[in-house]
Amino acid sequence: MVDNNRFIVSHAPFRHDGSRISTRNYNIALAALPAILLGIIYYGMPAVGVISLSISSAIIWEFIFCRATKSSITIGDGNAAIIGMILGMLLPATAPWWFVIIGTFVAVIIGKQIYGGIGANPFNPVVVAIAVLMISWKDIFDFNEALINYDFDFAMVYPLSALKHFGVSAVDSFSMGDLLMGKQSGGIGSTFGLGLIAGGIYLIIRGIIRWEIAFSFLAGIFITALLFNMTDSARYAGPVIHLFAGYTLIGAFFLATEDSSSPVNFIPMLIYGAGTGFLTVLIRNIGVYVDGVIFAILIMNLVNPLLDKIRPKAIGRVA
Amino acid sequence: MIKRSFIGLAKPKLEYGSLEDTPSLKQIPTSKEITLLSKCPFDKKNLLFKKKETVKTGQKLLLYKERDEYVVSSVTGQVSSISSYTGDFGRSYTAITIVVADDEEIDDEFKDISKDSSLETIKNFLAFAPGNPPVKLFSDKDKSINTIVVCCADSDLLITTNRYVVKSDIDAIKNGISILKTATGINDIIMVASQSQMHALSTTGEKVNQVNDTYPSALPHLIMKNILGKTVPAGKNPEDIGVCFISAEAVASIGNAFNSNQIPVTKIITLVNKDGSKALVSARIGTPASDIFKAFNITLNENDRIIFGGPMTGSSVYSEDHPVQPDTDAIIIQDSDDIQFISDYPCTNCGDCIRVCPANIQINLLVRFLEAGQYEEAADQYDLYSCIECGLCSYVCVSGMPIFQYIRSAKYELDRANTAEATNNG
Repeated sequence: MVDNNRFIVSHAPFRHDGSRISTRNYNIALAALPAILLGIIYYGMPAVGVISLSISSAIIWEFIFCRATKSSITIGDGNAAIIGMILGMLLPATAPWWFVIIGTFVAVIIGKQIYGGIGANPFNPVVVAIAVLMISWKDIFDFNEALINYDFDFAMVYPLSALKHFGVSAVDSFSMGDLLMGKQSGGIGSTFGLGLIAGGIYLIIRGIIRWEIAFSFLAGIFITALLFNMTDSARYAGPVIHLFAGYTLIGAFFLATEDSSSPVNFIPMLIYGAGTGFLTVLIRNIGVYVDGVIFAILIMNLVNPLLDKIRPKAIGRVA
Repeated sequence: MIKRSFIGLAKPKLEYGSLEDTPSLKQIPTSKEITLLSKCPFDKKNLLFKKKETVKTGQKLLLYKERDEYVVSSVTGQVSSISSYTGDFGRSYTAITIVVADDEEIDDEFKDISKDSSLETIKNFLAFAPGNPPVKLFSDKDKSINTIVVCCADSDLLITTNRYVVKSDIDAIKNGISILKTATGINDIIMVASQSQMHALSTTGEKVNQVNDTYPSALPHLIMKNILGKTVPAGKNPEDIGVCFISAEAVASIGNAFNSNQIPVTKIITLVNKDGSKALVSARIGTPASDIFKAFNITLNENDRIIFGGPMTGSSVYSEDHPVQPDTDAIIIQDSDDIQFISDYPCTNCGDCIRVCPANIQINLLVRFLEAGQYEEAADQYDLYSCIECGLCSYVCVSGMPIFQYIRSAKYELDRANTAEATNNG
């Protein structure tokens, strides 16, 4: 029977809901755009340069790695682009080119690929890269110093460092509205609170990030900051500044929610988010670092596998 | 194909189709040649009948010496070949091909005995009836069945076969239930039906329980849990805890058999065409699928897919001549353009499968063990055997991983290893 048709024979199920990794990643990129756009409006071409270099170099690092290991080229899934994009959002607009390229190298190669690529990284690649950069080149991350040549109609001060060095009174001038509108010094895409919240809500509605993590992270920050503030309001700022300054919002919606380094069960997600929030405020209030989001996420990434052991009982399981 | 909704936060809602928009039953003329598949492995030496032997419609054909497996011929004709057929997971079947004669004769062995509607008669003649009545279970001493669940809803998506039977042949179902009751002595009969069937079934006088309209509520394990309030232990089947599932069509077959004194030989099938349009078909058991396609003027192209059974749990076949079997509730044809290819992307830990799994299995971890072939660990620590095989994990997988197939092949491999061990020790 030579003239017979040959059919596709595969296994059940014969349907799929059509979701793809690339769609997910491009949606994350879309959600990050408002925050980036405001950063570009404020910081001009240098910001465009950092973001573009960051995205392109991340993609190129992934391409080089795939070539070097003779594995299939995975840049089409958008994951490298997202890593570059979010990394760029966290950097100051004045970051030099080599700094960006080192950052994407650490993120893509050391943060992700050496563990086996997408889905296998124990830490959020972007957070690993930022941690390395932060510790190695402190000055570039000093947002007040870095952005000194910019002249805006608002106080060009990095709220968290003002808080750390000059105390609560130094951040009194920041209103919640100003913080939400990005009228503060900081990374290119991490200051526009409203844009980040809008992007985050979009991702939550689309089911791309897990709302449990984002909300419990913010709740963790709010409650911990409130407790500190209640014990000594002269030394510790109130929860508003902690919620809307520094990397808090980008951390809640874009960093802590990274798929492979965060838990998937309900209770672990709440613990993970709340723990990250708690550690963030702890580092900010009594640690040496100005912003605690990065290290808090790294620490919670570390306990993620343990947290995910708390899981619901499967049907029919006896033990 | 139902796509992921824009609001991805919500769980996918896969609803069982309704029967209202289904056209009437189309009779497929008897084919020139039919093939009966028995789940008994081919064993040439012990065959009880030979090629060229003539058979009559409704004739019971015992296959092998010292075994009680049989098939029932759905046509009158001459046996043209008896061969081995290998199905999914290497399961071996005996395939009996019969060339159909011009004149039909009805076998009367069952007619003589059908006055006595005993369990023995059901067991000896109706195992191959449409709907595949699980007749062996009733007399299985190890199982001690005490409850019979008559499933009037269809368990997989798109299929409307059982719903059609309930609508068109409620009297046969009533009759079948009363025969089952007296034959088995089991009075605990539980009817499970979708909301739209509740009215029709209220006339049976039996207790009817409503099953949810979304997949996978009508799968046996979930019916057990949600309606009977009994959880089937991991790795066990409902019959292991005394509950026997039987489809509405199988009950109707039993009812009709004793009513008409003939073993029913036509199967009702839901045919789903490439464009998703559905038709109900009545064909003799053993009819090659190609004859059904011919009757509907369906042409198949290279790289299309033919699925026997539902879209979530069925199995695809190699040939368009694959025969209709007693449990073939649906035949689905997919166009090559609609076929999603499986990818070799790794799990990204997005958690979609966790949220959709009705059995609360930690799939993101389980699948990593399965990929590495560590089946023992998967079974011991990650609830491999709790899987109720609904296929939703593969359906939602962002990476496009064949998770369901990983699970099934892991179960198969473990089963094979256990059997080999038992044989070596014994």
